[in-house]
Amino acid sequence: MADNAIAASGTRTIPRYHRRRAIRHVVAQVLWQILLIAISAVMLIPFVWLLSTSLKVRGTEFTFPPVWIPRPAVWSNYTTALFKSGLPFPRFFLNTAIITLANMVGVLFAASLAGFGFARMRFPLRDKLFVLVLSTMLLPDIVTTIPSYLLFRLLHWIDTFLPLIVPTFLGGGAFNIFLFRQFFMGIPLELDDAARIDGAGTLQIYLQVILPVSRPVLISVSILTFLGNWNAFMGPLIYLNSFEKMTLAVGLRAFQGLRGSEWNQMMAASAVTMVPVLVVFFAAQRYFIQGIVTSGFGGR
Amino acid sequence: MGSQALVAAMRSARSRSTSAARRREAIEGFLCILPWCIGFIAFTAGPMIASLYLSLTNYEILRPISFIALGNFAKAGRDALFAKSLYNTAFYSFLYVPLHLATALATALILNVKTKGIGVYRTIFYVPSIMPAVANAFLWMWIFNPEYGLANAFLNIFGLPPQKWLFDEALAKPSFVIMGLWGLGSSMIIFLAGLQGVDINLYEAAAIDGANWWTKFWGITLPMITPIIFFNLTIGIINSFQVFTTAFIATGGGPNNATLFYVLYIYQQGFLFAKMGYASALAWVLFVIVLIITLIQFATAGRWVYYEVERKA
Repeated sequence: MADNAIAASGTRTIPRYHRRRAIRHVVAQVLWQILLIAISAVMLIPFVWLLSTSLKVRGTEFTFPPVWIPRPAVWSNYTTALFKSGLPFPRFFLNTAIITLANMVGVLFAASLAGFGFARMRFPLRDKLFVLVLSTMLLPDIVTTIPSYLLFRLLHWIDTFLPLIVPTFLGGGAFNIFLFRQFFMGIPLELDDAARIDGAGTLQIYLQVILPVSRPVLISVSILTFLGNWNAFMGPLIYLNSFEKMTLAVGLRAFQGLRGSEWNQMMAASAVTMVPVLVVFFAAQRYFIQGIVTSGFGGR
Repeated sequence: MGSQALVAAMRSARSRSTSAARRREAIEGFLCILPWCIGFIAFTAGPMIASLYLSLTNYEILRPISFIALGNFAKAGRDALFAKSLYNTAFYSFLYVPLHLATALATALILNVKTKGIGVYRTIFYVPSIMPAVANAFLWMWIFNPEYGLANAFLNIFGLPPQKWLFDEALAKPSFVIMGLWGLGSSMIIFLAGLQGVDINLYEAAAIDGANWWTKFWGITLPMITPIIFFNLTIGIINSFQVFTTAFIATGGGPNNATLFYVLYIYQQGFLFAKMGYASALAWVLFVIVLIITLIQFATAGRWVYYEVERKA
């Protein structure tokens, strides 16, 4: 497919005598770059606008047409938003981190184990059960949300992290199971057989043979889980109601209630919740793209 | 003695013919998926049955529960907001999903070349799609601000009059579509993976036959990625029918219920007014609608989705 834009591929050697073709090639290359830059601008302008607004002195964000460069740039908006709003933002961060990390552990345990079972063990109904796993992806969450809420209420789990963590340890998400299964199926079965001859049991094969060679899928599932939980809203909204327990997403909504008309602080608070996502993405970007490609398709 | 054990181990490993070894493997296999099975019963199948039962009651948490058969569904039939929220959701979905797929595929095609800085461009196109939903909603509320927003500044460049966007009954849903399109990266990256999986030999053969870019796109690229289009379409519709957070934060359903999307309405009924019975009935209506749409998609897939035979292996 690399040559789809024969036009845009610069790596090809072009015969000297085809000068006109070479020129056309360069022109196409330049036009392609212009197109890429134009779309990048559309994608980036909202971020620039966010950053610009977040640095403006209170009240100066209300100008039309907008002023892009904040003068002066007040970084103190960030500390004001985080520490002087009356909301425990550090606590929100901590809560979000705890829930996110616990979910990552849960997914890596439950989804990889299920994926291992579906990919490398033989048992009755295996393929039918796998179809059932996949079909749960088609179920709108809201159908199970209401009875689940009632169940957790019965268990006195409301306003604790348990409803947001325990279910993950029991399943780990259909899509993650799918990703693990696809990856594990690509590992030669001879590895298992060799280990069995050496006297290894199934658990040892899972832990000492399969998992060590599965770094790409472990990392890409971790990132997907991180993103899903860091950004989750409806679950925390329903299950957490005291400030001490809230996550960033729900805390931000409370912040909106207090500072909804101070857009410089609203943007500063938004930017702060975006930063960890960007850091994780850039740190693990290579594995992320790789994981999506190896699985055929990636997360939502 | 030792060698006997080894032979036995080898036999069970290689042929796995002994019924004891098979039974053992089956048990261990079940153990692997046991956590999922428990979770499925406790948090999917169980709640679904409970939800179905609740949908036939007038359960409101603090009041005694009573069975009202199909009363909730009859009530939905008379409920103007039920119809409105369903219309809003369908409107949004049928506008958003095709636009989202088309722009995601177009950008994936644009990114599927070897040119300078392509990795950076891919990252830039992708990153908006992973932004936290609440922060995202704040940002776009500010962009769509009727007085000082960027959207109106953009219109202003072309001498167009300012709009009220999220505060305009007619423009509110299209505004959500624009907001959603900024996150096209999620589908784009999947398309891109699909495009890179297409066999290069096909293009080379077509090039020898003198095919141009357009012919190659219609004759090779598009047919080869139909499974990816199908996946993105199915997931895209299911997700767009569940749009919630951005509307909850940005408009709360307004103006005049123009962005009262279906799940938002269920949330209001269930968690604001504690009408758990009615909310469960509404949730089941959504489930049935999504199920029907999905089944239609799967039923018609055979006509346009291309599957390589070898993929089965």
